[in-house]
Amino acid sequence: MILKKQLENFGRYCVFMTRVFSLPDKWGVTLRRMISEIYKLGIDSIPLVVVISVFIGAVIAIQMQLNIESPIIPAYAVGLATRDIVLLEFSSSILCLILAGKVGSNIASEIGTMRVTEQIDALEIMGVNSANFLVWPKVMGFMLFIPVLGVLSMFTSIIGGVCVAVFTDIITLSRFTYGLQAFFNEWYVWYALIKCVVFSVIISSVASFCGYYVKGGALEVGRASTNAVVSSSILILLFDVILTKLLLQ
Amino acid sequence: MIEVKNISKSFDGKQILHDVSCTFYSGKTNLIIGQSGSGKTVLMKSIVGLVRPENGEILFDGRDLMKMDTLQVRHLREEIGMLFQGSALFDSETVLGNVMFPLVMFSKMTRAEMLDRAMFCLERVNLKGAESKYPSELSGGMQKRVAIARAIALNPKYLFCDEPNSGLDPRTSILIDELLSDITHEYGITTIINTHDMNSVLGIGENIIFLNKGHREWVGDMTQIYRSDNQALTDFVFATDLFRRVREYLNSRH
Repeated sequence: MILKKQLENFGRYCVFMTRVFSLPDKWGVTLRRMISEIYKLGIDSIPLVVVISVFIGAVIAIQMQLNIESPIIPAYAVGLATRDIVLLEFSSSILCLILAGKVGSNIASEIGTMRVTEQIDALEIMGVNSANFLVWPKVMGFMLFIPVLGVLSMFTSIIGGVCVAVFTDIITLSRFTYGLQAFFNEWYVWYALIKCVVFSVIISSVASFCGYYVKGGALEVGRASTNAVVSSSILILLFDVILTKLLLQ
Repeated sequence: MIEVKNISKSFDGKQILHDVSCTFYSGKTNLIIGQSGSGKTVLMKSIVGLVRPENGEILFDGRDLMKMDTLQVRHLREEIGMLFQGSALFDSETVLGNVMFPLVMFSKMTRAEMLDRAMFCLERVNLKGAESKYPSELSGGMQKRVAIARAIALNPKYLFCDEPNSGLDPRTSILIDELLSDITHEYGITTIINTHDMNSVLGIGENIIFLNKGHREWVGDMTQIYRSDNQALTDFVFATDLFRRVREYLNSRH
């Protein structure tokens, strides 16, 4: 029964996405809306990304020092491990899980409220493809801006680790920075950015889907918002495994 | 003119519309009335294509909505204006932005022409000066008037109004009714109003369709309604003591 419902939802999602990715009625209007969405979903998320990344970067550095303190492991390994954790997992998967909460709930509640207040019906009556008009700018805007958030997160996380080296005595700055540069694999950055882009599409499209098909009132909008965060988080974790297998092995 | 022929609709096995047929005339205020749950909203949503009936025909000046493909439906909708029960104004847009929206999406006007047209529509609904306000800053009556201005911006051939007076005080309700009636006559629009408001029924009802339990029970105009002997209709329209007395008074004069 649950499987049947999930398959039905997947089918509806596919139909919904074909409507979203049809050609916009007016490119000028759509591009203006996309810029506005970049500001709302992307630029507005910068403070959250910076704060979380700095602190998580610092925590990773401290924990690495505590866990790999051994005479046979070189001290610079702290910097190396911090860098690799940030690149491989934090600045893509964990960052997107956090953004699924902020951006996903924002999108689902906005579109859900438009549904229950008949604004989407008003668009349809006017002859506007509402799915395309509302969702295309969000998906494309967020997808275009997420690499910026990803790179910013990588950079500020490393800054967090550097702060640990500078302001505490658990590792010297020179050893930490040596570790940051040691055995660097450029592909890890591309891997993280590819994951970010895929996850951004999941977050924005799943949240839009949850909001678009809301029926009822405020209670259902809240429920759709929760569903959007839960569903996109599960899908991010699932695709994390798939992409890691495909891109790193 | 819109002709509805033998449409039926059910939800989850419950029949909402039973073989309903009716005609809505151009240049007239056509009213759909009936108790809550009688199928008024389903009938209106079927006509505008938000709900698909199981059978029947819906003819917009001879063009059958049921036989149109998606593109044809979208083109038809450019000829339709709709006023929703809750106004359905776009929260993120100003009053001017809301009225200009259909022009931006569907007209080939220049920016200056769009502005002129939007200002004309706002002036028509007596809302000049409110163009920079957001919907949340307006009263219910003002929101309805903005929604009317938006609905008429593209000079629609068909105007649908879903309970335009809900949540308004009697005086504002009368103003909205007069505005809808004036616009209908001025531009020769086929206006369909779904209402519970007996003041509207008796004030502007030129073609009234009474639905009862999903059936089309009665058709007539506001003068015929006083003399009707249809029990379900009179029980519904003259439910209050005031309206019963008005009816008795008017009938006693004839």
